[in-house]
Amino acid sequence: MSKNTVIAKKVRVSSDQIAVNVLGWVLIGIFALFCVLPFYLIIVASFTAETSLIREGYPLIPRIKDLSLDAYKLSLKNPMAIIISYATTIGVTAVGTFVAVLLATMTGYVLSRKDFPWRNKFSFFFFFTTLFNGGLVPWYLLCMRYLNFKNSYIALVLPLMFSVWNMIIAKSFMNSLPMEISESAKIDGANDLVIFFRLILPISKPLIATLGLFSALAYWNDWYNCMLYVTDTNMFTLQYYLQRILGSAEAMRIVAEKSGMALPSIPLESMKMAMTIIATGPIVLLYPFVQRYFVKGLTIGAVKG
Amino acid sequence: MKTIKKHWMLLLMLLPAVIYVLIFSYIPMTGIVLAFKKYNYAGGIYGSPWNGLANFKALAISGKLGLVTRNTLLYNIAFIALGVVFEMGSAILLNELRNKYFKKMSQSLMFLPYFISWVVAGAIMYNIFNYERGVFNHVLNLFGAAPFDLYNSPKTWPYILVFLKLWKQTGYGSVVYLAAITGLDQEMFEAASIDGANAWQKIRYLTIPSLRATMMTLVLLAIGNIFRGDFGLFYQTVKSNAILEPMTDVIDTYVFRLLIDTGNIGVSAAAGLFQSVLCFVTITVCNKLVKMVNPDYALY
Repeated sequence: MSKNTVIAKKVRVSSDQIAVNVLGWVLIGIFALFCVLPFYLIIVASFTAETSLIREGYPLIPRIKDLSLDAYKLSLKNPMAIIISYATTIGVTAVGTFVAVLLATMTGYVLSRKDFPWRNKFSFFFFFTTLFNGGLVPWYLLCMRYLNFKNSYIALVLPLMFSVWNMIIAKSFMNSLPMEISESAKIDGANDLVIFFRLILPISKPLIATLGLFSALAYWNDWYNCMLYVTDTNMFTLQYYLQRILGSAEAMRIVAEKSGMALPSIPLESMKMAMTIIATGPIVLLYPFVQRYFVKGLTIGAVKG
Repeated sequence: MKTIKKHWMLLLMLLPAVIYVLIFSYIPMTGIVLAFKKYNYAGGIYGSPWNGLANFKALAISGKLGLVTRNTLLYNIAFIALGVVFEMGSAILLNELRNKYFKKMSQSLMFLPYFISWVVAGAIMYNIFNYERGVFNHVLNLFGAAPFDLYNSPKTWPYILVFLKLWKQTGYGSVVYLAAITGLDQEMFEAASIDGANAWQKIRYLTIPSLRATMMTLVLLAIGNIFRGDFGLFYQTVKSNAILEPMTDVIDTYVFRLLIDTGNIGVSAAAGLFQSVLCFVTITVCNKLVKMVNPDYALY
């Protein structure tokens, strides 16, 4: 009798655990599928012949007989624009990320120093900007009229260079480092800048990786600042270049449709897909490797500043 | 003076960020005077003549401010409420999953949309819902249903935009909750198991209540921006589509159009100031209220 109840209990416990797991598999599975399906669809479409896309619509399952590389061939036929926007984006991302990480960690370090008498005042000075700001218009005018952002690379680098949130993440990470490091180095006569570069930064690698990735992603995916300040086609970032290409392809399609004229054999639809893939490519290929640093970083940031 | 001398190096290290924030945050704050001015190029931000409340009157006459404010608020309420449900829910389910491989795999896939820009997200979406060739209508066609023209159906857009937002941020957001769950005291769960609690009860009475602090912080942060629309989401998916505007226009897209398309500096500055003040009042009041109930949950 007693043995039976023990067994029954065991079965009952595992049965509700199975239920939770089944629910997890179903819900998480569906959501994960929704997350990846759109990418699958554009990849398939980018490799499908234009005539097939127009005749039968975007394929759900690849139509083997209609597979084609035309869209990529055509997109890469005049590769200069793509190369330039790639170079711009890589350059801006590299420089911007480097400075952004340096600024966030250095500022965070000073504000984490318990012996710094004005740390609360300065913390509030930074934090207040997240509560109130002047809005788009004064900021835009300042950059455009007084800082000469128009068609300049600083317009692509400066706006994303300092983020109070990244600084808060850095600060809470450094709060968790033992105070004795800075204290004993000070007694040994090292100055604060040396302590920061020689002692603090080397033990902050997870923080640097995380902040670096946050910044790099922000720079890589930026189209907003380019849209506001840049009109020179030789300075377009990759995402903004893509936005323009998609926009003009759409405009061409509408014109052709309204005039009832067949477009000259440009594979517009599949080219749009191919360009989207070309512009997204590196990020999607890199992300499985960098994802864990994001996870780590969010854990660091979860500690309230 | 003595203390400055003692800490000059730290102050020096702080200087770049201080200058940056002064230039890009505090100086623009003084630029809110534009809302009360008739801007001309020669005068600039500070030299243009005052015109009292004329900009606000023009804003009121246009009649759009109420609509875009309502849209912004409703969208953000939906984003915040459903965001909590989706992020916390998927974190809890992910945590319960026994199959490590499936757990890792699905978490990676859910993270994917976070890494793409809104330009790409907008492009993907257009290609799914495109009237003539989109996959969506292709599937409808397979089932013999009539095709659906999303870009002509403003009423459907709230669902689409909420779904897109959740699609893009759930993977990212759930990580924060998952980290909080992993940090919980495992003995608490073992003790509950010994006492005969089943998996559902543990979720209901242990996991969810322990996530309250994390949730409150995230929700409060989001409330601080409740009158700020996610510009990328609205701009890159809707594009300039006048048919959809009544359901999809938010303060940010409205201000952007006023500024860039019509070049109406004074009126757009007035709308921007209106938004900033609303945000500031909301977060101040909410933080005060939270502080009164439980000081631990307050942001500052």
